[in-house]
Amino acid sequence: MANERPKADVVIVGLGWAGSVMAEELTRAGLNVVAIERGAWRDTSTDFPPAVDPDELRWHTRRELLQPMSVETTTFRNKTGQTAAPVRNWNAFQFGWNVGGAGTHWAGMSWRFLPWDFEVATQTAERYGEARLDSLMAEGLQLQDWGVTYEEMAPYYDRFERIAGTSGKAGNLNGERIKGGNVFEGPRERDYPTPELKDTNWMRMYRETTEGMGYNPFTIPAGNISQSYVNPLGVTMGPCTYCGFCDFHGCGNFSKSSPQACILPALMRRPNFTVLTETEVLHAVKHEDGKTVKGVQFVTRDGEEGFQPADVVCITAYQMDNVRLMLLSGIGEQYDPTTMKGTIGRNYSYQTCSSVTGFFSGAKMNPFIGGGALGVQIDDYNGDNFDHADLDFIGGAGIMGYSTNGRPIANMNGIRPGNKRWGSEWKEAYARDYQEVANIFCQGTSMPTRDAYLSLDPTYKDRHGQPLLRLTFDWNRNDKSMIDFATEKAIEIMKEAGGEDLMVDNQAEAAWNPYKQHSSHTIGGLVMGSDPSTSALNPYLQSWDCHNVFSVGASAFPNNGGYNPTLTVGALAVRAARAIHETYINNPGPLVEA
Amino acid sequence: MASIKKIGAGVLGVAVIAAAGAGVWAYQTLNTSRSAVADDTITLAEFTSEDQDAIARGEYVMRAGDCAACHTRGAGDFAGGYEIATPFGTLVSSNITPDVETGIGAMTERDFFNAVRHGQGSEGMLYPAMPYTAYAKLTDQDMHDLWDYMSTVAPVSNPIDENGGMRFPYNQRLAMAGWNMLFFDNAGFDGDPETERGRYLVDGAGHCSACHSPRNELGAEMASAYLEGGVVDGWYAPDLTQNPHVGLGGSTAEEIADYLRTGSDGISVAAGPMAEAVEHSLQYLTQEDALAVGSYLTSLKASDVAPVAPLSLDTAEMQRAADDYEVNCSACHGLAGEGITGMVPAFAGNKAMLSDPSGMIHAMLKGARAPHTGVRQTAAGMPSFAWKMSDAQVAEILTYVRNNWGNGATAVNPAQVAQMREELGAREKIGAPSH
Repeated sequence: MANERPKADVVIVGLGWAGSVMAEELTRAGLNVVAIERGAWRDTSTDFPPAVDPDELRWHTRRELLQPMSVETTTFRNKTGQTAAPVRNWNAFQFGWNVGGAGTHWAGMSWRFLPWDFEVATQTAERYGEARLDSLMAEGLQLQDWGVTYEEMAPYYDRFERIAGTSGKAGNLNGERIKGGNVFEGPRERDYPTPELKDTNWMRMYRETTEGMGYNPFTIPAGNISQSYVNPLGVTMGPCTYCGFCDFHGCGNFSKSSPQACILPALMRRPNFTVLTETEVLHAVKHEDGKTVKGVQFVTRDGEEGFQPADVVCITAYQMDNVRLMLLSGIGEQYDPTTMKGTIGRNYSYQTCSSVTGFFSGAKMNPFIGGGALGVQIDDYNGDNFDHADLDFIGGAGIMGYSTNGRPIANMNGIRPGNKRWGSEWKEAYARDYQEVANIFCQGTSMPTRDAYLSLDPTYKDRHGQPLLRLTFDWNRNDKSMIDFATEKAIEIMKEAGGEDLMVDNQAEAAWNPYKQHSSHTIGGLVMGSDPSTSALNPYLQSWDCHNVFSVGASAFPNNGGYNPTLTVGALAVRAARAIHETYINNPGPLVEA
Repeated sequence: MASIKKIGAGVLGVAVIAAAGAGVWAYQTLNTSRSAVADDTITLAEFTSEDQDAIARGEYVMRAGDCAACHTRGAGDFAGGYEIATPFGTLVSSNITPDVETGIGAMTERDFFNAVRHGQGSEGMLYPAMPYTAYAKLTDQDMHDLWDYMSTVAPVSNPIDENGGMRFPYNQRLAMAGWNMLFFDNAGFDGDPETERGRYLVDGAGHCSACHSPRNELGAEMASAYLEGGVVDGWYAPDLTQNPHVGLGGSTAEEIADYLRTGSDGISVAAGPMAEAVEHSLQYLTQEDALAVGSYLTSLKASDVAPVAPLSLDTAEMQRAADDYEVNCSACHGLAGEGITGMVPAFAGNKAMLSDPSGMIHAMLKGARAPHTGVRQTAAGMPSFAWKMSDAQVAEILTYVRNNWGNGATAVNPAQVAQMREELGAREKIGAPSH
């Protein structure tokens, strides 16, 4: 082939969190790794040092760290039968566009999923009976286990937390419940690498209020780390300054867990690692027998095509692109909601959310003290932490009082209801309410359904002439009931805390819309599982269809927990990389028999 | 490292004058009789060594001497090609791979000794950008080992015209003889390299004084102020004597060893040319050798630089600087100037920054980066503030950190900042929209 590069042991497609974690594991094991990243090189002190990082207009409003829509977008429709149209503004999901990927511009909430999240089908049947599960499935939910348990995931979570420097307080140390931590979390072997962040005024109020109501508040585990820390790779991170310019921004002072702050300094010096930046993988190329791939076809910024041969291909791009690359490469079969055959694109889900805003006359919330993951949460209504026997849904939500930011542009609509949103009345109201407003956020689970899926769009194409990905999605009945329930709890808490003039935004009240989401957690479409008829990947993130293709991302989640996805993505990346270098390389073939 | 070549280039003018004016060849300066211990029959291209221990020792000598810093620059290991801009033209580092046509493959071991220890190369006199002035101290054993190591380097064909970019008369290699006559002490190490291992490393392979000793008006190191600090390439190489105010007084050999091998002693962090030296050379020192260097440095007599009483921070300028510091610097350097251990330099207790402020101005205007070492992997960057701060703002902030948290130092003058902004080609502060 023209422009064929020297063969690599492993090619990594997309150098975000998953790609960086895998490249680190694989190069340390001695493998020769080439990473191909569509975006440019981005470095802390050059691209977003402290004097540049808090430029809200540039990073948050104008989304300069995100991939431009002109490069690639998705199309969207709520249901089959509608004609999907291109999404024109990044709101509901945010493609990374640089070395570090979305791991550079994420907020930092660093959750392990609950043990229940990995086994929703099994545990629902066990606790509430087979009939309950059957009825949910009959309704259209596509519940299935991940093929891996929390217990199996725990060591990988631990490894990723150590790399990321995660701040937090354990709530379950080897089965012993510890007040002040999250007592609902799965057992962990040791405490977090760095202590939990400090409380803001609102966090203190939220903590005291929920505790008084009999709940179990705890500080959210954070990738905005509380003190300087040296990770197992020998990379040092700095203490968070609570500047509050985190999501959509880089971090100027090496405090936000990211590939830049945690992995790249060590990885870039390894002689067996190469990264090709501003180079886009178009698709993988299969061998004639179709059972394996021989490498990936790419195109450079200057439009030159090339081929990177490799023994193993790891697809670690953004969730959407992982699915799209599999479809463009012809690996596996497109999911069809009518026949329910095919696995690529199946089990797409989002994150079911709501928010409750209250105002506290005369308060000084000082929201300029913030952190992307700064908040106090209760998990009393998350997952299956509460009895669903008499409820008409499964799942739940983490309910947090947060202090993530005080960005002046982003918060300018955060004024009491009834005030004008312009002119001198708005100015007066904003000057007052900036200090008096407080928010509660319900971040809920999302269950997959038969009708929500990803596929290639029949009409719209990207700049290279390849079809865009089409999203077909709307909220389902179960998740709407769940978030209604959680929102009521949040309203009770806000009132108990003394909040007035409440504003409630329940995202699931209207049809899902890509322009008004509070979350950016888009998951599934290339899910892991132990049954090749319902999952694209086996429990080691290996393609059932091409055994030398692995894919890691939130795309692998069969259902969404009531949490941010990053820590689970990182843990899965460690798991997949170890499966490759400990087993697959020496004995190539399916790691699990279908 | 890069800086030493600048020094060499900077004294070329003197060299040419000296060569023209002296008219007499000093036998001592050009005496290469010490090279007689080396073989003069087998070329590097032909030579192979089976002595793995000698090869390993030779690699260590190469690391200690930091050969790769100049001779490995993108064209392949030791294939040369590093361009050094000088006021007299451009010098290019040579190809020292065993390639016969374009490297040093045709050299015998004796030729090699002559070049490394005496500055006499295959094409004539070397420019003193090559620190043969210090390598002259290397023992025969270290030279033999280095030769063994060089024979294992893969030959790379990369033709280099080392001085083709130099203008007349600086392109005349013979002129260097005059420079040598004036400044080159063509003698081996004057002690026992075993028992005085620290001094041997500092004065020989390490060539520390090339940067850390001040230079006289003719560009030669001042022996009377040995290792008392110097300015190189717009960076200040600090006082390494036991001076308690601006030097290493109070530092232990262990702390110095830590700095050499990791780039930080927990307070200061190497930057500029020293970061390169740590990354490419010093981190490879054994702990024993690093401690030997530390012990030797802690044995040096203190320079007589007196402490400077702290300037008052109770002025409008310093209050403004305090605000600027908090907004721009404190995120990494800390509210109390404490830095981040091993990653970001502290200001509190950092004596190396109380003398000449060149390095600090340099870092403010062009940014800086810590070395990457096996122990400390971060290699954190310091961003440039040239776009954001005026000369006066940079000067004020530096004066503030040099006189806060127990520090005391002279004020930094905005004119110093302006001059360095021009010398470094740093950008001007961004223009504010006019009203």
